[in-house]
Amino acid sequence: MPLSAETLRDLHRRMLRIRLFEEEAGRLSEAGRIPGALHLYVGEEAVAAGVAAHLGPGDQVTSTHRGHGHLVAVGGDFRQMFAELFGRATGYCRGKGGSMHIADMDLGMLGANGIVGGGPPIAVGAAFSNKYRKTQNVTACFFGDGASNEGSFHEAANMAGLYRLPLIFVCENNGFGEFTRQDRHQAIRDIADRAAGYGFPGIVVDGMDAVAVYEAAGEAIARARRGEGPTLLECKTYRFFDHVGVRGMGVVYRSDDEVRAWRERDPITLLERRLAELGILDEAGAAAVREAIQAEVREAVAFAEASPFPDPAALTEDVYAS
Amino acid sequence: MAIMRMRDALREALREEMLRDERIFLMGEDIGLYGGSYAVTKGLLEEFGEERVRDTPIAESAIVGIGIGAAMGGLHPMVEIMTINFSFLALDQIVNNAAKLLHMSNGQINVPLVIRMASGGGSQLAATHSHSLEGLYAHFPGLKVVCPSTPADAKGLLKRAFRDQNTVIFIEHTANYGLRGEVPDDPDFLVEFGVANVVREGTDVTIVGYSGSVHQAIRAAELLEQQEEISAEVIDLRTLRPLDMDTVIRSVKKTNRAVIVEDAWKFGGFGGELAAQIMERAFDWLDAPVARVACKDVPLPYNRNLEFHALPSEEDVVEAVLGMFKE
Ligand SMILES: Cc1ncc(C[n+]2csc(CCOP(=O)(O)OP(=O)(O)O)c2C)c(N)n1
Ligand SMILES: [Mg+2]
Repeated sequence: MPLSAETLRDLHRRMLRIRLFEEEAGRLSEAGRIPGALHLYVGEEAVAAGVAAHLGPGDQVTSTHRGHGHLVAVGGDFRQMFAELFGRATGYCRGKGGSMHIADMDLGMLGANGIVGGGPPIAVGAAFSNKYRKTQNVTACFFGDGASNEGSFHEAANMAGLYRLPLIFVCENNGFGEFTRQDRHQAIRDIADRAAGYGFPGIVVDGMDAVAVYEAAGEAIARARRGEGPTLLECKTYRFFDHVGVRGMGVVYRSDDEVRAWRERDPITLLERRLAELGILDEAGAAAVREAIQAEVREAVAFAEASPFPDPAALTEDVYAS
Repeated sequence: MAIMRMRDALREALREEMLRDERIFLMGEDIGLYGGSYAVTKGLLEEFGEERVRDTPIAESAIVGIGIGAAMGGLHPMVEIMTINFSFLALDQIVNNAAKLLHMSNGQINVPLVIRMASGGGSQLAATHSHSLEGLYAHFPGLKVVCPSTPADAKGLLKRAFRDQNTVIFIEHTANYGLRGEVPDDPDFLVEFGVANVVREGTDVTIVGYSGSVHQAIRAAELLEQQEEISAEVIDLRTLRPLDMDTVIRSVKKTNRAVIVEDAWKFGGFGGELAAQIMERAFDWLDAPVARVACKDVPLPYNRNLEFHALPSEEDVVEAVLGMFKE
């Protein structure tokens, strides 16, 4: 069934929101206005958008060190996100967590995670709670090709399969764990193959094609909601920027030609082309969406920069729950 | 002698030891093609080849476990855990195997293994990425724990680690990588384990540090001299296991006061061990209770000011010292 115009527009908007947020964060970081380490999601937007479009109230997401895209995709608030990156009191974590640790429990976003492989067991636990509470909710677990080599992923996948939990493992295979190419960190090509070892389906999808991700994720999530257990969805994608920060080109661990070839398949350009062909959104229409989001970004940055730093008392608060 | 940064001194140590002993190979995340997250292993892949410098998957438990198994197989591996934060994933292999096999096997199995890791906060990387766990590793009998504060010590101690038949946890504070200092180029230069360094002599108070905190101790001693006319002796422990308590006790018997500075949490930490041993061995010489300057009792936050407040500073050390002179 062809996707509705509304769905396609929604995917486009989610992706563009991620792209424009990340590009601005990258600029600010290069200008020295955001400290710490930023792992940007540019190039991989179709993955988060295609999955998040199926999630609703009560569903959960576990994220990674490269987490901004996941949060934006489920509706994260630009103001609180930028404020967190600036370390301000108005940030999602009052400036205590930073880029690698943003969480929004209201959106079911259980947290970015500074530890590679930290997410999968937590996702399985969240899915366990959904089943235990007899809800129809699902959990989406985002993780990288590099993370798929951590024991934590394998332990979690085994239990998810064993308990037939309502969960979707979304592997963002961007071809690298930091600076190590996939063929230097694992002997297999398709991480989806790993699902077979845990008794559930593994599916490979073009992670630059938002529609393909949307459709595959839709089936997997429907399966999970029907109580038929987890799916591993491997999305082949690429990060346009560097592991940390922006640069991305002129680096030793990959060629500029390779980057260019992937950029040819920019997921946003691909979708915009499709939308134009279908007569759903022309160039002017896309530009208008872009401008509206850009204005929101500008406003959020201004808000964040005008926000106060956290009070020193914040330091000792929330070590224990009361 | 050459002037070099600590990261270069560490690389020199690895190079020299690899040239000396074929059984030494290196393994870790992004240590080969990329040259290591802190550029310590840069160029070693080119020089020694893939057989001896291995990039690994992100799999800390297996990396350390493979190091243990390879050591049991007659090699002398160096495995790098990118940062100490990720060593939690390898803790079982380190504690249940590396530290105990010799004793449990009645001396049959020893594990000559060097595990290097970068540690410390102060870079606004927040709570999962800012640990100082030297004291945690020092808790386990069977491990040696080394934490240099200067380029020369880094080289001499790392070379010494490869002459050891035990597992050596070798901890490098990220703030020290760029420090410059004179480093001997004699390939036989070693710094013995369990010999603390009296960095600065003094008569009024002993300030003890290790790893990154040695530098706060030194700066505090300078401030005390300039502003308060207090003469502080500074001791760099260099290794926590074995621990050179004799040097500390000798100093405390001279100065009658001791302040311990560490980046780690105070509660249940290494400073408590030092304080207890000072109390046990030099109680009658103390003119004031031993003071500890440490990280605030919280996970390290991202925001710069909060992180700064959480970590110990030289001003905190000065304040602790002044507190001892108040009546
Ligand atoms: C347990 C652990 N080991 C190492 C790291 C350092 N590190 C951060 S991101 C990363 C690469 C992760 O690769 P992948 O899972 O493919 O995600 P990507 O960065 O490609 O999105 C590494 C090694 C870490 N944060 N946690
Ligand atoms: Mg990756």
